[in-house]
Amino acid sequence: MSAQQVLFDAPGPRTRRTILIFNILGVLIALALLAWIVSALADRGQLAASMWTPFLQARTWEFFILPGLLNTLKAAGIAIVTSVAFGLLFGVGRLSHLAPIRWVAGTVVEFLRAVPVLLMMIFFWLALGRSGAVEPQNAPLIAVILALTLYNGSVIAELVRSGVHGLPKGQREAGMAIGLTRNQSLRNIEVPQALIAMLPALISQFVVILKDSALGYIITYPELLQYTRRLGVGEGNVIPSLLVAAAIFILINFALSTLATRMSSLLSFRTRTRKRAAEDVVVMDAAST
Amino acid sequence: MENYLSLFETYDVPAAFWVNIQLSFWAALWALVLGTVLALFRISPIRSLQWFGAAYVNIFRNTPLTIILAFGFLGLFSVMQVSLAGDLNVSLFRIAILGLSLYHAAFVCEAIRSGVNTVPLGQAEAARAIGLGFLPAARLIILPQAFRGAIAPLGNVLIALIKNSTVAAAGSVATESSSLMKTMIEFRSDLVIPIFLTFALGFVILIIPIGLLTTWASRKLAVAR
Repeated sequence: MSAQQVLFDAPGPRTRRTILIFNILGVLIALALLAWIVSALADRGQLAASMWTPFLQARTWEFFILPGLLNTLKAAGIAIVTSVAFGLLFGVGRLSHLAPIRWVAGTVVEFLRAVPVLLMMIFFWLALGRSGAVEPQNAPLIAVILALTLYNGSVIAELVRSGVHGLPKGQREAGMAIGLTRNQSLRNIEVPQALIAMLPALISQFVVILKDSALGYIITYPELLQYTRRLGVGEGNVIPSLLVAAAIFILINFALSTLATRMSSLLSFRTRTRKRAAEDVVVMDAAST
Repeated sequence: MENYLSLFETYDVPAAFWVNIQLSFWAALWALVLGTVLALFRISPIRSLQWFGAAYVNIFRNTPLTIILAFGFLGLFSVMQVSLAGDLNVSLFRIAILGLSLYHAAFVCEAIRSGVNTVPLGQAEAARAIGLGFLPAARLIILPQAFRGAIAPLGNVLIALIKNSTVAAAGSVATESSSLMKTMIEFRSDLVIPIFLTFALGFVILIIPIGLLTTWASRKLAVAR
């Protein structure tokens, strides 16, 4: 951010003119791009009123969008809780002073982070559905939650670990000095502080969970994308339906991302010495689906 | 064991991985180009371009990749009848590359921007002092250092991209590995776990060297300050 003001001088009259020209050019190109998309959509009749009126009807929302959104939020909500639990468990495991626990936790976390979420989802879906361990109609939901938990839980475990590593050494030493064992100091002193420091990164990870819950579409979990596709096929307005689904996701995720940014600037006074580590983590995992 | 080995005679597992590698390669290339342009937009002094870059990043970063790729198939391919090649499957493959590129460009842009943040103020000031304008300063001074500072985050984007190439299944690219795994499990439900572990291990083998390589490269190429 700070780079933005120093990459260029305060503009003089000539630069101001150049900037104005490029500004106009930029707006024109953006408008041309928009016009091109709109005309392409219009050519295929995608902008006709009949394509969009279904979204003004209560039944569209009642029977398609809201049930879908509810299922998305259900899967994502449960997965958020379970992945935080998984992350805390394995994050603390990776910090354990017992080498075997550290290795096991480390191997599990590294393995799960390298496997595509979709592979895990398809695996759990088919394995659970066929083994009869769960009701077949519940298999997609459970597969979505399990896969999201294992992947995002591992990422959160790494957040916990880097959060604790980012704490000043004095924190642990102070814990030791008042006679706590290493585990007690970890649980009562280090992890709580690390959790606060990692809050922005954690919220960014919730965005990832919410986005990844849409993978449930591929394994027939009736989430928002699945419902809007059905709506689109039924009403013959696939493109408007998918755009509405995307808009809903963007709104929720944008709100969460904004919260994360706010939180990070709010917390920056508490986490000043270890901000760097937290920032690296945010960048590191934001890219997952 | 024999059962397991017979799988490889019936199904061409390496070919499926090769599809994922190709998807990732082309998408990485396009995402890098588009992401760099977007990053330039976002650090440029031109308000409209800044705005465009920010809007692009916010829209694509917050949309599930599944929707983008499903849109590629259901919207672009079926409704709009966009065709990027004479052959149907090649066309779907290219649309999937398009979707993956558009999505990951937003993350590349943010990675490069985080690299720009590692360039000290003095570098930009020095560039200005010797009379370089925005574009020469960006090309000669800022971006070379920014790329070196952005290797680690860019590597993470690449890793995410390789894993995300499995989502091309939502874009009806039926030859990639997650689709093959689904077929294999459906036909050989006696070998569910070995099949899953084979594919999982394939990705671990693909991804771990990239992780090690980018960590090594980001240390090696870090600008000594």
